[in-house]
Amino acid sequence: MNAPVKQHLIDPEICIRCHTCEEACPIGAITHDDNNVVVDASSCNFCMDCIAPCPTGSIDNWRVVTAPYSVDEQLSWTELPAQEDLAAETAASDTTAEALDDAVAALLAEAHAGAGGAARAPKSAARPTVNLYSSAKPAVATVQGNYRLTSDNADSDVRHIILDLGGQHFPVLEGQSVGIAPPGADANGKPHRMRLYSISSPRDGERPNTNNLSLTVKREEQGVCSNFLCDLERGAKVNLTGPFGSTFLLPENHDARLIMICTGTGSAPFRGFTMRRQRSAPDLTEKMMLFFGARTPESLPYFGPLKKVPENVLAKHFAFSRVTGSTKQYVQDRMRTESDRIADALKDEHTHVYVCGLKAMESGVEEAFRDIARGVGLDWKAVRDQMREEGRYHVETY
Amino acid sequence: MLDLINVDYDTIIPNNVGLSSDKRVLKALEKWHPGYINWWNDLIPRQFQESLVYLRTAVSVDPKGWAKFDYVKMPEYRWGILLAPQVEDRRIPCGEHAGEPAWQEVPGEYRAMLRRLIVIQGDTEPASVEQQRHLGLTAPSLYDMRNLFQVNVEEGRHLWAMVYLLQKYFGADGREEADDLLRRSSGSEEAPRMLGAFNEATPDWLSFFMFTYFTDRDGKMQLESLAQSGFDPLSRTCRFMLTEEAHHMFVGETGVGRIVQRTCEAMKEAGIEDPYDIQAVRNLGVIDLPTIQKKLNLHYSLSLDLFGSEVSTNAANAFNAGVKGRYQEVKLEDDHQLKDATYPVVQLVEGKVVRSEVPALSAINMRLRDDYVNDAAGGVKRWNAQIAKIGVPFEMTLPHPGFHRNIGVFAQTRMTPEGTIISEAEWESRKDEWLPTKADGDFIQSLMVPCWEPGKYAGWIAPPRVGIDNKPGDFEYVQLHMA
Repeated sequence: MNAPVKQHLIDPEICIRCHTCEEACPIGAITHDDNNVVVDASSCNFCMDCIAPCPTGSIDNWRVVTAPYSVDEQLSWTELPAQEDLAAETAASDTTAEALDDAVAALLAEAHAGAGGAARAPKSAARPTVNLYSSAKPAVATVQGNYRLTSDNADSDVRHIILDLGGQHFPVLEGQSVGIAPPGADANGKPHRMRLYSISSPRDGERPNTNNLSLTVKREEQGVCSNFLCDLERGAKVNLTGPFGSTFLLPENHDARLIMICTGTGSAPFRGFTMRRQRSAPDLTEKMMLFFGARTPESLPYFGPLKKVPENVLAKHFAFSRVTGSTKQYVQDRMRTESDRIADALKDEHTHVYVCGLKAMESGVEEAFRDIARGVGLDWKAVRDQMREEGRYHVETY
Repeated sequence: MLDLINVDYDTIIPNNVGLSSDKRVLKALEKWHPGYINWWNDLIPRQFQESLVYLRTAVSVDPKGWAKFDYVKMPEYRWGILLAPQVEDRRIPCGEHAGEPAWQEVPGEYRAMLRRLIVIQGDTEPASVEQQRHLGLTAPSLYDMRNLFQVNVEEGRHLWAMVYLLQKYFGADGREEADDLLRRSSGSEEAPRMLGAFNEATPDWLSFFMFTYFTDRDGKMQLESLAQSGFDPLSRTCRFMLTEEAHHMFVGETGVGRIVQRTCEAMKEAGIEDPYDIQAVRNLGVIDLPTIQKKLNLHYSLSLDLFGSEVSTNAANAFNAGVKGRYQEVKLEDDHQLKDATYPVVQLVEGKVVRSEVPALSAINMRLRDDYVNDAAGGVKRWNAQIAKIGVPFEMTLPHPGFHRNIGVFAQTRMTPEGTIISEAEWESRKDEWLPTKADGDFIQSLMVPCWEPGKYAGWIAPPRVGIDNKPGDFEYVQLHMA
């Protein structure tokens, strides 16, 4: 059997045959007859140039198919066919695309696996744009700043890198990622593979209405891409692909309570979440909790700026595992000391949980949740699955 | 380097034409700007000016950047001057100069002709905003209100587009014409708008949807032919306007479609099988299909008049000059000069409608009108598919092009919608069967009560199938200012 593929289709019941998409398509993949306007699956390269100009929304339809519908078939339609019922393992790929590039989609699926099932976006999340730029046609960003976040004597070098997008249209939402492939080739002469980095700034930029975004990057000893990024100087150019990700997003609804749990650079999306909320609803209090683990305060990214966020806006719970003279503490330990508040939040249908950081943190966090839930007579797995189905439980670990 | 794709927001007038380095034109436009803002502020009711409307604004003219959605107060909408990217080595596509490089400046010999075309196009843009100024008050939903305002701000931008061309390329008389575009006013006794259909009132939302479907579609066809102009700035302007115009077509087609759908559904729910049982259908609080057909007859026939005479020397001259092309000129396969070609044109011969071949050059208007009729028929077909799907025995039809005409060969005769020529006396006695009467208008008016709760729709119109920008059903498209 052929591997299922994603096919771009136009809904003939909504399309008004204005042919704007056809004009916008740079490669002539869209054609029409007297009946319908259709996308030729054999040429469409998902560049998405046709999406924004469509006045009706009919253009934004996708099906996962084992064999693409032919142009002739589509021309004869009076309505869109239902999504084929594919085998269970392929159906999990879901029709809300996190990314249209298979490699990126696989990376994201792997990162989100810890949630225990197919990830869903919060109901009130803004609609993300994905895949505007591909490695064949990347956006070119200019480094606007590259600052070390960890103190000089810390054992890790984590950096805040600001990328200016100039006049390019690169719409992002908090929680989305961008792809970066370091220049050059690996030992086998193949181009380096692409890495994903969470955006750590809010959608309207580092400062409101600046067309830039920031990344939080930790220098890894052997990391080709992280060293490339951490060494970038102001003014250097970086090719970006994406944006990617359509589920690990912030609910727009201001009633939503957020529990954010992270380690290290996993704090990136939460910086974006917090800044977005501070900008869009500056008076909102008692709605956000952060559990943040690091070895020491010196190696905790954004430690200084975080402390300036008022406690009633963001309740901060730091856990340090290597502070001389103190017992080792991990995020799950801090969660347990706050078990009453977490239990209270778990009973609230407005609560959204986000876990982001190293894969290693998953099991400890799960256990803490299980114990806290059990303490108030809840079955954690059932709670988690329901929350996930409702777009309220999100894991992104690597 | 001048960035001609992304929009420059540095001046008060967003643009991708390098205004900040063109001091003369910038100054002229900045002088014109307050008059425009006054015109806008006097037009739209105050409460809507203060409301936040979920509008799209272009941040660049390439496909990815031109539809950025956000809440905007309409007077703060960034009306700008946006031209489609310049096509390298573009050539004049038709007429005696076909194949020569497109003009970047106005050719002296065609100056008057071009100015006239631009002024006529420019005159229609503010006119429709004037015609629709009161509709917000009776919007059947916030979704529809938002669509109305999107159409309005973009018509406003289209006025800007034409004014830019006048200011930039036509010197003192261009400036005068630009001022006159704000002086004339739809329906005014002393200074009416230039074209008849743009002085008619748009009293209710069915009229609005019919207007956007039929009359804006004439606008689309005119823009299509100007987009083929050998005068490149005009071509580029119109190409970008067409992308926006598609939204107006959408509002019209889906608006009528949603009314038709609601009527059919209500009939089914009430068990009414006969679509001609008008009173029974009206008692349900929906618009009966025969009345919708009458409105269609009216708006279609008024719109056909906008195409001018079937045989026209002016149109031939404009084509021959390369100032205006045919619909999809560059995709047509002929000599693009129409040296020996003929085209079948309707004529009245001894009381009968016949088509006879005339030199194609003289039949440019007829040809564009035929393209329009084909284009307009598509939506009617889709409305009928909706009616059939619900199972109501009724079909909408486009009347014969000779029905109810005031311009062209049919102006001198009276005709039924089927195309039978009838006497003036028969016309007088039967015209109420075909065109909306005052009583029809009063009934429609009686349904026009505002419905402004997010996610709610007035009872005579179905909700849309997809939200704007894919927003959920209860999205608050307009945050009303209630002071």
